[in-house]
Amino acid sequence: MNTRRYIRERFFPHLWCPGCGHGIVMSALVGAVDSLGLSQNEVVVISGIGCSSRMPGYLDFHTMHTLHGRALAFATGVKMGRPDLTVIVPMGDGDAAAIGGNHLIHAARRNLDLTAVVLNNRIYGMTGGQSSPTTPEGDRSTTAPYGVLDPSFDLVELARGAGASFVARSTTYHAQETRELLAAAIAHQGFSLVEVLSQCPTYYGRKNQGGDAVAMMKTFKQITAPAGSQRAAQDPGLITRGILVQEPRTEYCAAYGELVRELSGHEE
Amino acid sequence: MPKETIFAQGNEAVVQGALYAGLDFYAGYPITPSTEIAEILAQRLPQAGGRFIQMEDELASLCAVIGASLTGLKAMTATSGPGFSLMQEALGYAVMAEVPCVVVNVQRGGPSTGMPTAVAQGDVMQARWGTHGDHAIIALTASNLADVFLMTVEAFNLAETYRTPVILLLDEVVGHMREKLVIPGPGEVEVVQRLRTSVPEGTDYHPYLAREDGRLPMSDFGGVHRFNVTGLVHDMWGFPSNDPAVAYGLLHHLVDKLENRAETLARYQDFFCDDAEVLLISYGSAARSALHLVEQRRARGMKIGLLELNTLWPFPAQTVRKYCRGRGHVLVVEMNRGQLHGEVQKAAEQPERVYLANRYDGVFISHKDIMQVLHVVLGKGV
Repeated sequence: MNTRRYIRERFFPHLWCPGCGHGIVMSALVGAVDSLGLSQNEVVVISGIGCSSRMPGYLDFHTMHTLHGRALAFATGVKMGRPDLTVIVPMGDGDAAAIGGNHLIHAARRNLDLTAVVLNNRIYGMTGGQSSPTTPEGDRSTTAPYGVLDPSFDLVELARGAGASFVARSTTYHAQETRELLAAAIAHQGFSLVEVLSQCPTYYGRKNQGGDAVAMMKTFKQITAPAGSQRAAQDPGLITRGILVQEPRTEYCAAYGELVRELSGHEE
Repeated sequence: MPKETIFAQGNEAVVQGALYAGLDFYAGYPITPSTEIAEILAQRLPQAGGRFIQMEDELASLCAVIGASLTGLKAMTATSGPGFSLMQEALGYAVMAEVPCVVVNVQRGGPSTGMPTAVAQGDVMQARWGTHGDHAIIALTASNLADVFLMTVEAFNLAETYRTPVILLLDEVVGHMREKLVIPGPGEVEVVQRLRTSVPEGTDYHPYLAREDGRLPMSDFGGVHRFNVTGLVHDMWGFPSNDPAVAYGLLHHLVDKLENRAETLARYQDFFCDDAEVLLISYGSAARSALHLVEQRRARGMKIGLLELNTLWPFPAQTVRKYCRGRGHVLVVEMNRGQLHGEVQKAAEQPERVYLANRYDGVFISHKDIMQVLHVVLGKGV
């Protein structure tokens, strides 16, 4: 694959810190798009605000960097406007689960054909290391100097509960698996969410003795297991990876198009 | 479509105007007193092959509108005070990213939840300055259904011409009152279509590089030109920049493209102004009572006239200054604590002659309310 074809080199160097996992996810995303044979003109990438949300700017697709938490709402307008386009929404954990939580659950419920990619580094990186809704209970951040008191969100369970028809999870350690899961999510007709655990050695790692990027990625290997595997069955404390929800359900634009045809004979 | 005459509500006139202008996308959230706009469009848009979606809140509604507009659709949302407050974030984004869209605010009593079913014009300054940072905005208003229709079409036209969000600032009385509406035939009212780039595929397209006339031709998402859109300060590529020269140039462009054209954008009507010694200045439903008073007093020989503003922002200061010149008294009639009154004072050569007749208790201002103030102003006692 010629990765450079999908990159806006004019805007490099990127602003991610050394060791940040987001570049691995970006590479996996580009690989997923390439493997599906999509034309660059058919793909729209829309983000909110945060480290992960700088991704669209570096990618040579139709791209939008929007408001904190609201990327899925912008994406809803784009998808309704052009249902034939592939719309991908990279988000951060604070972006998706805190300020954008309401948009996330309703996008999942509607089942509009959007692919949400949550780059979960368990911290607010852009603002310098504050706790997010996915910072594990007891872990430290600049706004939780004595440890986080509140339990963290499980994004997979949140998406499942809200009715997402495709939910998957992987990590930056599992780059190839991430690429395959993203390809499956993009190909899925309906709302899909892929959570990718991504390391932030600069803030999360430093505050929580996580070590450097390599050590944090090795931790991802240790604390996760493929869903349905023997390891996962033996240790329920492990985080499961792979496709966790995959249910065919009527896609919103398809339902809307059907309504328009019924009412007017117009083709959507 | 032949000319059609209907008996309609103000909110329905918005819908008629929007469809005439080519609306093909609406996203919204229910709120009194604007809800009828969503209800009627929920029925009409799918019939016409357009798109309607009820979003989870007003934040999402305007975001979806902006997204749809970038795919090339004419897009709108409608709300009232509390929802308009929530939309300020996305409104600033539309200003910054220069995305054409129309936001209808049917004003009700405020602040906060205020008086949902009562009339007010308290969002005039919020329309101007509600979103943070230096910027310019267009806000239009109307006092009767014919003008609601025309100003709705105009809102879309100006949004497309200047690549800006346009606020249609109506009020509860105009939104809910019913009167005759003659829907113009096709071609009778100008409808501006989006200016799209002529840059061919394979040649660099700069989404934020203005032409000589200041306009920025657009390219639809899904088209042959791929570019970036952001709410950050950005260069001609739409890519974020911290360069002071880029920031300075962008802010100048965003403000100047509208403020420097304030008189071009001024839409107003005058009634009996030629020899008027007393000039009323009003807008929205308050202008109905102002006109009522003018017509009543003219019949009794009083030299009184009305300047009705349809463009509130950018404020047509030169026009207002000209109209105020040489009058004995100027009375601004509005339903707030004097939000436009201050602008008229700033514009007038003799601000000491600019008075305020207002109500802000949820009750529609009547010609008698205005007359009471006029009596005091003219030194005739209460």
